[in-house]
Order: sequence, then C-alpha cells, then structure tokens
Amino acid sequence: MNVLLDHLPEFREGFIGTILLTLASGALAMVLGIVIAGFRVSPVPPLRFFGAAWVTLFRNTPLTVLFLVAWFVVPVIFMPGLSPWTKALLALGFYTSAFVCEAIRSGINTVPLGQAEAARSIGMTFFQTLRLIVLPQATRTVIPPLSSIFIALTKNSAIAGAFSVTELFGVQKLLSDKGFDIAWIFLWVALGYLIITFTISGLFRLLERRLGVAR
Amino acid sequence: MTEVSVTKDAKPAADDLVVLKGVNKHFGALHVLQDIDMTIARGEVVVVIGPSGSGKSTLCRTINRLETVDSGTITIDGKPLPQEGKELAKLRADVGMVFQSFNLFAHKTVLENVMLGQTKVRRTAKAEAEAKARTLLDRVGVGSQADKYPAQLSGGQQQRVAIARALAMGPKVMLFDEPTSALDPEMINEVLEVMQQLARDGMTMVVVTHEMGFARSAANRVVFMADGRIVEEAVPDQFFSNPRSDRAKDFLSKILHH
Ligand SMILES: Nc1ncnc2c1ncn2[C@@H]1O[C@H](COP(=O)(O)OP(=O)(O)O)[C@@H](O)[C@H]1O
Ligand SMILES: [Mg+2]
Repeated sequence: MNVLLDHLPEFREGFIGTILLTLASGALAMVLGIVIAGFRVSPVPPLRFFGAAWVTLFRNTPLTVLFLVAWFVVPVIFMPGLSPWTKALLALGFYTSAFVCEAIRSGINTVPLGQAEAARSIGMTFFQTLRLIVLPQATRTVIPPLSSIFIALTKNSAIAGAFSVTELFGVQKLLSDKGFDIAWIFLWVALGYLIITFTISGLFRLLERRLGVAR
Repeated sequence: MTEVSVTKDAKPAADDLVVLKGVNKHFGALHVLQDIDMTIARGEVVVVIGPSGSGKSTLCRTINRLETVDSGTITIDGKPLPQEGKELAKLRADVGMVFQSFNLFAHKTVLENVMLGQTKVRRTAKAEAEAKARTLLDRVGVGSQADKYPAQLSGGQQQRVAIARALAMGPKVMLFDEPTSALDPEMINEVLEVMQQLARDGMTMVVVTHEMGFARSAANRVVFMADGRIVEEAVPDQFFSNPRSDRAKDFLSKILHH
C-alpha cells in the first residue's frame, strides 16, 4: 500500500511514460503500417517486394534484438545522438508496423474485388481507390486485430524500461533496488498496465460499434 | 452525337470510336481472346453474345484496361490505351462500365456514388456535381432514393444507379457486362428501358447480354463470340433469324428453347 502512496510521483511518471511511448509508437506503427500495406497490394512489383521484405524483417525479429540494434547499431551507422526515448520509439514503431500492415492487408482482402474495379473504371488512380473506397470499407474488419496489436504494443513497451527509458515497468526496478517489497510493486505496476490495456480495448470496442451503425 | 447508323460497312474511319486490332489475351495456358479485330463507330450500339466462358467479359474488361492484353492494340477516340498509371486512369474515365453485380460503393449513399467520380476524378465543384448527380438519378428513375445506401435498394434500382454513376463521368462509350443477369425477372425491364433510352440518345454502347428483345430493338450489330474468337457479326434481325455459323445456330437453339 504505502509503496504506491510514498512513491506516487515515480509511479505517475512511469505510467505517463508508458502511455506516451505507446501512443507515439502506435501512431508511427499506424502510419508505416498503412503505407506498407498500400505497397503490398500495389501493382508495382518493387513496392510489393519492399513491403514483403519489411514485414518479414520486422515481424520475425525478436523485439529485444530490435532494441539492441536501435541502441548499438543505428547510432553508429545511421544517426548518432538519438535520445533513448526516440530509439525506443523507432524499435517499437517499426516492429509493430509489420503487424499493423498485415492486419490492414487482411482487411483489404475482405473488401470485394468489384469495389476496386468499379473505382478504377470511373478513372480513380490506385491511391484514390485505396484511400476512398477500399480502406474505409476495410476499417471495420481491421479494428479487432488492431486492438490486440495495440495491447501487445503497450506491454512490449516494458522492454524500453530495461533500456533505462522512464516508463511503468522501469519503476519496478527503481523501487526494488531501494529494497521495497517486490510483490506489492509488481501488483501496482500490473494494475497500471491493466488500466491502459482496458482503456484501449474499450475505445476500440466503441469504435467498432460506431462503425457498425454507420454501415 | 451522330445519327445511329445501321449499315456496318460504309462507315468513315474518322468516326471510329473504339478500335481493337489483333488483340490476344491469355490466362495462363488459356487463350481467352484470340486475334480480336473489332471496330465500334461513334453512336453505334453493339451487342456481344455467346456461350459462357467465351471471353465476353474479358473483352469488355480489356477495352477499359481492367485487364491488360498480351498483344494487339486498343484505341479509344484515336488514342491508344497507355500503360498503367495516371494517364490510363484518365482514359478509363472516358469509358463507362456497368457490371453484372452492380458494384456500387457500399459505404457511400446513392448520391455520393454518383458524385464521387465527378469531384475526385473530374475535379468538378461539389454543387455542380450534386446537381448533375440528381439530374442523372431522376433520369434513371431513382431520384427519390438519393440518400439511401446501396444495400437498401432493389437490384434493379442499384443497377440504374450504377448506370447513372458511369454516365456522370460523361463517357464517350459505355460498356455493359450482362447488366441484367443478376436481376429478378420483374426488374430486368426497368434496366433495359434505361439502356434503350441511352441508345436512342446516341450513346455508343457495347452490351454483353442475352436479352434478344433488347438486341433486336436497340442494337445496330450483333457480335457472336465463341472460344475467344469473334465467330460471326451481323445486324440483329439477320443474326437471330438466319445465323450463318454452326456455333451460332447451336447456341441460339439452346437459348431459344428457354
Ligand atoms: N482472372 C481470371 N483468371 C483466370 N481465368 C479467367 C479469369 N477471368 C476469366 N477467366 C477464364 O477466361 C474464360 C473467359 O471468361 P469470361 O471472359 O468471363 O467469359 P464470358 O464472360 O464470356 O462468360 C473463362 O474460361 C474463364 O474461366
Ligand atoms: Mg461474363
């Protein structure tokens, strides 16, 4: 009990850190995921290849390995001087984008082919067809898998704590080092994650119902 | 528009709207279109008829490049069809297409279905696009359904909306791929009437259909396809009463027995 009350600022900072990291890397994963899904269904072979390679790479690499690459390889080869937070954002965002891409692609495949053909037959370009006709109709089927993906992302963000980014899971290490009862710390940390993941699945369920009515 | 011509021989080349020359198309090992030569004059109405699997749909789809061809050329109003891309997208807007399964945009209202191409492809102002959409919807007799979603309409109404959607682009030629085949019998006529009117107004049309009444009254020419080839071409009366090829005789005897 008093572990929480006595260290409320630490818990709050960790809680907010997890929320911010999840939101930012979730947004990055959405943008990348949509773009890469567009690549994967495009009529241009090099784009399709790039999309497939992207998904294969980021879906099959353990997230911890991506973190290690972001920490020790990216600064040396690409961009030195990135903050730990940015590196965590990139690792989580790229990793999750592969899953977002596949969820969106399977949603695209549920839209009848005739819809895209009708759009092309009135002169829409590939991107107009995707943006105006196919993606809006794919949205509803994509929501439930996206919900799971973002819950997984929330929990995956805990790895950032091990890389000394301020987030909820890192609070555990901080406090147990100070000698507090580990069981209570874990309980409060787990509760913090539960609040976030429940909020996510609630929001997505709301979204799903909203879209159901709008047809 | 020019007047509807009945004779197919003496047409000036300048008035050829759609020209296919030596078109070949394979699906894997299947040779779906074999050396298709076909010319459609401005204002002409051509009915394409033939057994299932003979390549009628594929022919329609190559004319607006929903399918690529392996060899040969397709020219629309003097312009050869370009490769995939923005240029092709623009040309497709000049070729209206009506599908057997309607394919109205399911997440858009009837009015939005007819406006979308105008505002997004032709860049027409919204008010102007809406006015044109409402006029067209009235013309095909579904003006009162403008705010409904496609799923709320009957098949016949949906197909008439699909015709309005294609017309909204101001196409030079309209392609119809078995537009009444998915309809309940009592709805077939309401769609055919819209098409008849379109033909009378001088629209250039390619119509894949087995509706002989329509072919007789609206078509200038019947093209009979079998196994990926054009087997016979004739004016409707001659084709239906006195087909030359055995394939056509055989086919007609089957559909007339219905
Ligand atoms: N996308 C496709 N892939 C493979 N085969 C196809 C495809 N589309 C059509 N076919 C085949 O091509 C032939 C002609 O089809 P189609 O043009 O639809 O004929 P029709 O409209 O005259 O019934 C058929 O044997 C059909 O199975
Ligand atoms: Mg067909």
